[in-house]
Amino acid sequence: MRNTRLAPYLLIAPSLLFLAVLFLVPLVQTVALAFQADGPGGAAWSTANFARMAGDLNFADAIINTFEIVVIVVPLQLCLALGMAMMLRHVQRGRDIVLWIWSIPLGISDLAAGLVWLAILTDQGYLNTVLNWLGVVKGPQSWLSYETPIALLAAIVVAEAWRATAIVLVILVAGVQLVPKEYGEAADVFGATPWQRFTKIMLPLLKPSIQTALILRTVLAFEMFAIVLSLGGRNFPVLVSEAFTWQYANQNFGVAAAYAVVVMVISLAATLVYLLALRTPPEQR
Amino acid sequence: MAEIVIDAVRKAFGPVVALESVSLRVADGEFLALLGPSGCGKTTLLRIIAGLETQTSGRVLIGGQDVSALPPRKRGLAMVFQNYAVFPHMTVAENVGFGLRMSGADKAHIARQVAQVAALLQIEPYLQRYPGQLSGGQRQRVAVARALAIEPAVLLMDEPLSNLDALLRLEMRAELKGVLQAAGTTTVYVTHDQTEAMGLADRIAVLHAGRIVQIDRPTDIYRNPATRFVGSFVGSPPMNFLTLPVANGHVELGSLRLASPTNAATVVMGVRGEDLEITAPGTGFPFAVRVVEPMGSHTLLTGSVTGQMIRVVAPSDSRPAPGDVLHVRPLQGHVSWMDAATGAALETKNR
Repeated sequence: MRNTRLAPYLLIAPSLLFLAVLFLVPLVQTVALAFQADGPGGAAWSTANFARMAGDLNFADAIINTFEIVVIVVPLQLCLALGMAMMLRHVQRGRDIVLWIWSIPLGISDLAAGLVWLAILTDQGYLNTVLNWLGVVKGPQSWLSYETPIALLAAIVVAEAWRATAIVLVILVAGVQLVPKEYGEAADVFGATPWQRFTKIMLPLLKPSIQTALILRTVLAFEMFAIVLSLGGRNFPVLVSEAFTWQYANQNFGVAAAYAVVVMVISLAATLVYLLALRTPPEQR
Repeated sequence: MAEIVIDAVRKAFGPVVALESVSLRVADGEFLALLGPSGCGKTTLLRIIAGLETQTSGRVLIGGQDVSALPPRKRGLAMVFQNYAVFPHMTVAENVGFGLRMSGADKAHIARQVAQVAALLQIEPYLQRYPGQLSGGQRQRVAVARALAIEPAVLLMDEPLSNLDALLRLEMRAELKGVLQAAGTTTVYVTHDQTEAMGLADRIAVLHAGRIVQIDRPTDIYRNPATRFVGSFVGSPPMNFLTLPVANGHVELGSLRLASPTNAATVVMGVRGEDLEITAPGTGFPFAVRVVEPMGSHTLLTGSVTGQMIRVVAPSDSRPAPGDVLHVRPLQGHVSWMDAATGAALETKNR
């Protein structure tokens, strides 16, 4: 009896141990590092790292850029994925193939994706070749420099949407499959238009899946790095690329840790907001 | 209120034919049951009437209007689904008022209508609850209330009672009949349960392999099945069938000599278990009892006649022992004859 009660805990113990050693410990160390600074008597608790981070020229830009991207990309991806999931429901034959093609970007690393888009958008890239051929531009045109911030932002948004909409789609498609089709049929019989069926029936019933997708996407969008770096370089600082710069270029681990803590706090706050705002009470399940 | 006309509706799913050119007329205010085993096409026919499925050919008319090309929401009907399809994210009141909200009715009218049908189906105490907090029977009532709230011209029901336990089903059946009789709605009710169809319907259409094999009043279906299939599907226990040789236009069974409606080599005699009476030796045919089941209201005897199994519904005080040989005979005028090859009923003179 005692053995069977213990068994589940023993079985999950290795994964708990693994997470504790390789996740919790570094987390605590990072937080500690962020809140320590070298004083006259060696390392002491202080907020100097945060002060230095906030005083940096790039800090405001990094915050604004990061939020700009999250606020544009996440809703865009949600809308795109919802539309794709709804269309996919009406595909009778070749449904799996369509889903498979749509998920291809999931298998590509974000650095590779960034380089693909760089090849398209760079001065002598495919886009300019086509535009030049169409007579829209004359000669190489720069899209990704600090002089063209809107074009740069748009490029990052497009690349990010291309790369990561599929994960939202996959979560939503799984959610759609859990909604019995009788609900839609009942709404149809009782007079709901297709749009009303979507807003009054499908969206509320998809809420748990939307919540999962939004949490995942938002947290990952706040941590966006490789695509931004490959397209914008240092012209487009975001929080994680700043952490990277402080860690490796400036060799200041304390400020880098402070950035990491900021990203973590923002991610946790976003997750909390989603958990509360998109809560499904148990009686409505 | 509206009449439904199904005009030569055919439905094929790829190479599989679900319905073979079905024609049917449901009168205004009539309660018609579509009865048949699973896979007979009854649910497909109902879904075609609702517009949830598109027929391969043929027309559907509701109240004289051809609705064949209209989506469900424009057909002016309501439906009760087998698994209720009560929206889990809406309260009972929101569910019941859903159809009226979609049609843009004003709030006062919705509130009045919801209160009225809630009273009719006795779900007033649950109006502010969510379906997840209700039992299966209560959810069933919500589904019926939602359908009645819009005062539909046509009500479609797809096995609405099949998910309830036996006792609740009996209770809901009687209640449903009362409620729908009062409403006077044209109703098409799909079921595989012949007692439900018998108890509820004005007329029953028996479907078999995508065709309507008989459409008639319940008692006529029960008494005069059009085919051997109908006789064996309707009634519990099913009708007994004895395949007998024909000689000189007659069949002989024990001391009985009955006129055969056919001169074919063999004919099938159909007789219901309760239409067989136990009689004195020499006036009927011998029946070797194998199993005796006292059912309370009657005793069900299973045994054989000329090597063929039949069931006899005997009075409850009749307690033969297994192995006994009784003598039974059919009641006058309660014998059906079927063609031995096709199973179709034959015209008889002695009916």
